[in-house]
Amino acid sequence: MSKTHRQRLLHSPLVWPLAGLALLLLVNLIHSPAFLRVGMLDGHLDGQPIYIFNHGARTLVLALGMTLVIATGGVDLSVGSVMAVSGATAGACLTSDHAQLHALPLVLAAALGAGALAGLLNGVLVAYVGIQPIVATLILMVSGRGIAQLITHGEVLLMPHPGFGFIGKGFWLGLPFAAVLAIGLYAAAQVALRRTAAGLFIEAVGDNPVASRFAGLATARVKCLAYLVCGLCAAIAGVMDAANIGAADPYRSGENMELDAIFAVVVGGTALTGGRFTLLGSFVGVLLLQTLTPTLVFLGVDPPVAPVPKALLIVIVCVLQSELTRRWLKSLRPGKAAT
Amino acid sequence: MTEPLLTLRGIGKKFPGVVALDGVDFTVRAGEIHALLGENGAGKSTLIKVLTGIHVADAGTIHLAGSQIRPASPKDAERCGISTVYQEINLVGSLSVAENLCLGRQPTRFGLLNWRALRRHARAALARLGLDLDVDAELGSLSVALQQMVAIARALDLQARLLILDEPTASLDEKEVADLFAIMRRLRDNGMGIVFVTHFLDQVYSVSDRLTVLRNGALVGEFATADLPRLALVSKMLGREITAPTHVQAGAAVSGVGGTPVLSARNLSRTGSLHPLDLDLRAGEVLGLAGLLGSGRTETARLLFGLDRRDTGELCMKGAPVRINSPRDAIALGLALCSEDRKTEGILPNLSVRKNLIIALQARRGALRPLSLAEQDRLCAYYIRTLGIRTPDAETPVKNLSGGNQQKVLLARWLATRPALIILDEPTRGIDIGAKAEIEQLIADLRADGLAVLFISSELDEVVRNSTRVVVLRERRHVGEFHGDAITGPHLMQAMAGGHQPHE
Repeated sequence: MSKTHRQRLLHSPLVWPLAGLALLLLVNLIHSPAFLRVGMLDGHLDGQPIYIFNHGARTLVLALGMTLVIATGGVDLSVGSVMAVSGATAGACLTSDHAQLHALPLVLAAALGAGALAGLLNGVLVAYVGIQPIVATLILMVSGRGIAQLITHGEVLLMPHPGFGFIGKGFWLGLPFAAVLAIGLYAAAQVALRRTAAGLFIEAVGDNPVASRFAGLATARVKCLAYLVCGLCAAIAGVMDAANIGAADPYRSGENMELDAIFAVVVGGTALTGGRFTLLGSFVGVLLLQTLTPTLVFLGVDPPVAPVPKALLIVIVCVLQSELTRRWLKSLRPGKAAT
Repeated sequence: MTEPLLTLRGIGKKFPGVVALDGVDFTVRAGEIHALLGENGAGKSTLIKVLTGIHVADAGTIHLAGSQIRPASPKDAERCGISTVYQEINLVGSLSVAENLCLGRQPTRFGLLNWRALRRHARAALARLGLDLDVDAELGSLSVALQQMVAIARALDLQARLLILDEPTASLDEKEVADLFAIMRRLRDNGMGIVFVTHFLDQVYSVSDRLTVLRNGALVGEFATADLPRLALVSKMLGREITAPTHVQAGAAVSGVGGTPVLSARNLSRTGSLHPLDLDLRAGEVLGLAGLLGSGRTETARLLFGLDRRDTGELCMKGAPVRINSPRDAIALGLALCSEDRKTEGILPNLSVRKNLIIALQARRGALRPLSLAEQDRLCAYYIRTLGIRTPDAETPVKNLSGGNQQKVLLARWLATRPALIILDEPTRGIDIGAKAEIEQLIADLRADGLAVLFISSELDEVVRNSTRVVVLRERRHVGEFHGDAITGPHLMQAMAGGHQPHE
């Protein structure tokens, strides 16, 4: 019994990303024992781990929505641009001449609404119109930045608003608020997906959409909702980003972050082919990616060169997770040759 | 007698775990249309693939026009003079007719396309079939029938000596079929050998000169079409002698008569899949749906379950009219459909037995009313025990189970929804004999519990053994209905074969 338990643990998709994260932390600890040290600074926690969490909060939220979309067998390339759109919407509200638009709940509602609308558009295109997810979301990926610039009239809007800024760089009980929010969202999503049948429906639609339809699932609705939630997550990440830098930057906000989110989900053990997914895996995947960059800096790798080892690590994790490798590893075991 | 154009001797082909072809002989003469017939798994498509170089045979020889060939790829087969037109047209819809006809062998001049020559070639190729088409028209804008003609023209353009038509009539209407046959006869009269794969017996008798029947990967025999009565042909395809003793369902007469039907369909039809059909399903009966491949059995099931949109027809449940436009509608009304294609339409391969088992029930309850884990465990334990599902535990991915056990999981999925009517489309296909017997027992139990069962099977014995009433379909029409003692193999076969044979 304990053997099967151990085997199941070894087959868990979490094994490789966790091992990778542990390896990274080990390298850092050997190189600089201070790496994991957390201290107090100006009344809040400070240190490398806090920095990683705080900086990674946006990617964490993006990866949350991306996990759901990838689990349905799709992908959302537009999340980086949607971040810019939601940031721009918040910026336009906060800098508007109408003072009543400066109320924080209204600003947040507008920003999140913009993201939800973008997600809905993606969802309708994929689920009801039947366009390939890559193509459907490419539309907003490309046009989203244009829309964001339209909203800000091509400017970078500065928004000195302390309440809004808190979302991106505030500290709550000594903890970085953005990180707390991201972790809270993961917990809420985990409960919402596993305490209802929503998680099962997403898995079913991703694993075999035809069979899901035969079993009576509203496959199109499930897919569409996944994109909607993903758009909403992108909007939250966009608000965090704008709040963090205190400006709505339609050009740079969320740039290339869709790729980080997809990497994190895949590294975390959710297959791009859809089906079974793990939010915890995506969480670990983001931490892995976020730890990698400072580690490389620590090790003295030139920042311009840093993407190369990063890419290598991603390749290694993906190859380790692939069905081919698993079959190969199995075939190495005596008496269990591959057929 | 003409010299054989194509001679296959002792062709064998094995796939892991399956003998697809076992020592098959096949002969086609120049100037004949030769029908290749057989039910599912007979080996027709494997034989075609061996001929066209997609598969290489493990054993046997192929001679074409006297010299031995061994096609290693479709291109290789084309070079030998064997051309194939598949059911799904594999041309490029967005290119013009002329481009499609010359694709891969475009006439060039100084390295550039010679458009004039290309159009001339194309027109000549079409003229050989007696076709006058605009060669600049986009292929995708033509009807399926015309696209098929273009595909044939392209095949003939390659100096073919043998033309293989793999179910070319599946999506054509009657007029288009007649046009196609005219072209086939014309080619035959010019000395070409034509292999014609089809499920429609009427077409076999109207166009073919000789025919070969395969069953379970083995040769049943080669016959002159005119000398073989329909009924004899069907019995050869199904592997039953007409005189063989038949089982009669015990107690069949007592059940399923009277009372309001659980589901009744009136005038149910869909262009290209089913001619208008009336069907009543009553509680406590197993209605068998018999017919050859392509007779409209699965199409009927799909229309009843709301998978395809029907053109005409009203559905009533227990006397009240109902709307069934999707599987969700059907399931909400207490219908269940166990599809014939377990792999693509049934299992969620990577999900656990538990999730596969509860998915239909959960889908009907909606996402916000989840079954508790305790309830899920109870359902799993109950069905794993009563259906005898052999699995290490309920958390094993369903793809790791054998075919028979996957089938039982799917049955459990539907039984868990407590349906009033369950449609079983080929529930015993591809599973071992032990599991087959268990599933047949289960069908009897369901009937005894008062369910209405619609049972579809291409195994005639199974239909006879398990049904209390049988409806026979032929060429997408209702052609006969049998009750009680009248449910016998010969009766059903006669109805399935049709033609001039009298039937009840």
